Amino acid sequence: MKQENMSIVENNRVTKDVHEIVLRGKLVAEMKIPGQFLNIKVPREDLILRRPISLAAIDPHNQTCTVLIRSEGQGTKSICAMKVGSSLDVMGPLGHGFNYDFLKSGDSALLIGGGIGIPPLFELAKQLVDHGINVTSVLGFTTKDAIFYERQFNEYSEVLISTDDGSYGTHGTVATLLSGQLADKTYSAIYACGPKGLNRMVNQNYKDHPNAYVSLEERMACGMGACAACVCQRQDDPTKNEKVCDHGPVFRVGEMVI
Amino acid sequence: MNRLKVSLPGLELKNPIMPASGCFGFGEEFAEYYDLSVLGAIMIKATTLEERYGNPTPRVAETPSGMLNAIGLQNPGLVRVMNEKLPFLSHYNTKIIANVAGSSEEEYVKVCVEISKSPYVHAIELNISCPNVKHGGIAFGTDPEVAYRLTKAVKAVSKVPIYVKLSPNVTDIVVIAKAIETAGADGITMINTLVGMRIDLRTRKPVLANQTGGLSGPAIKPVAIRMIHQVARAVSIPIIGMGGVMNADDVLEMIMAGASAVAIGTANFSDPYVCPKIIDSLEKRMDELGIVSIETLIKDTREARYEK
Repeated sequence: MKQENMSIVENNRVTKDVHEIVLRGKLVAEMKIPGQFLNIKVPREDLILRRPISLAAIDPHNQTCTVLIRSEGQGTKSICAMKVGSSLDVMGPLGHGFNYDFLKSGDSALLIGGGIGIPPLFELAKQLVDHGINVTSVLGFTTKDAIFYERQFNEYSEVLISTDDGSYGTHGTVATLLSGQLADKTYSAIYACGPKGLNRMVNQNYKDHPNAYVSLEERMACGMGACAACVCQRQDDPTKNEKVCDHGPVFRVGEMVI
Repeated sequence: MNRLKVSLPGLELKNPIMPASGCFGFGEEFAEYYDLSVLGAIMIKATTLEERYGNPTPRVAETPSGMLNAIGLQNPGLVRVMNEKLPFLSHYNTKIIANVAGSSEEEYVKVCVEISKSPYVHAIELNISCPNVKHGGIAFGTDPEVAYRLTKAVKAVSKVPIYVKLSPNVTDIVVIAKAIETAGADGITMINTLVGMRIDLRTRKPVLANQTGGLSGPAIKPVAIRMIHQVARAVSIPIIGMGGVMNADDVLEMIMAGASAVAIGTANFSDPYVCPKIIDSLEKRMDELGIVSIETLIKDTREARYEK
């Protein structure tokens, strides 16, 4: 099974724009890997493309999963307006997520997230901690009011926050934190997801790191590898590409041109 | 009696439903969702002589009841299609229609020669209507003489029937349809996408990196219905209709316009199970509408045309 009408058991607004939606259904049994995504049908007939949304948390015990959606365009606005008790047509889980098989208990991992790229890092933080990994989360937001999941990340990791306008945490971006107070630290693995600028910085700064991964975003249609809409150029041969939905969304740092 | 079967040149179809080229890859991804043997046929992604990596991104943009795409014929090339993709599809009990594209007459001919030799290919869909490549594609589908010449050239070398995929981006589609019929085409598939554009209000530039893209989805269905209706009156070769079909009603509407089978494109992105769902719901809808079989509907539609 790869598609289900999942029921909305919670819909909480966590910032002015971002909604935390908890979905319940049998499909949760398939959801295991952090960094995978769901392709969600907008509950409107005139919007025909699904919206790829990464899994923020998986709770197999309660048969629920959580997505964090920024109410931005017509589609995400419609999804965020859905009431508890109604259902969403969900495909997934899709794509290749974050790999941490190579880490041992006691190892350290650095998570670097920006804005609405942060959600998939939350399930990753949970799973890493379950495996005895020490996690540091560096999270960037535009401003204090845009911050979400600080408390949740604090439960699993040391958290450092930056804001573009300096209204909370360190004034600047995650790069300010990485080159400042974390400059001397080393980690067994690096995982990142954020806007293009953040992903590009990670792709550059950690290109010599043996275990650095970044999750990319591209406009998608099918979300399952058939349509070839969401491609990204390969670093080793930029005339070639890979599909973000299928080969990704998580890639090894240095693998793709960002 | 199988009420859904349809006989077309090279294609004995158990039902008239097939995924349209470019919306289904080479079937591998959808095979993880359902048994491809339920399909009447599969139109594979456009195949060119060499591997192609397509256009820069963004390649897709949503539009009201539709979408724009400018993929740019990304495909693994003839050799890998022959050696990997077609053998995979041969495991399913369905017909394979190979969509062939090129940037020169020579390339189209070469690909048709080779791909028509495959024991797994039942027909070729000659793609002279892709709007998203700089060379070839639509250039072969907008001039009746060029379309005639190319159709004649591939017809001379192909071992399987040739269906020519027509572009709606022309002043008079009937002229092109008649030209390719005269050249010996066995059938027509129509319509390909309509050229469109969207502009990003923040950057003030086109959303698609290719600037323009092909419009598909329910938004174009009335255009497809109108053009199929026009062409069906002007030619005697069969038409496989496509353009914004989302459900069984749309399928029957397209057959009533003059199509003999129907391809499903963009709807596969909204619902990966749309093709089997349509196949399952066709007979019930036919009962409600007093339609005995697809073949009688095709025949009745044709006879009604001659009576006028």
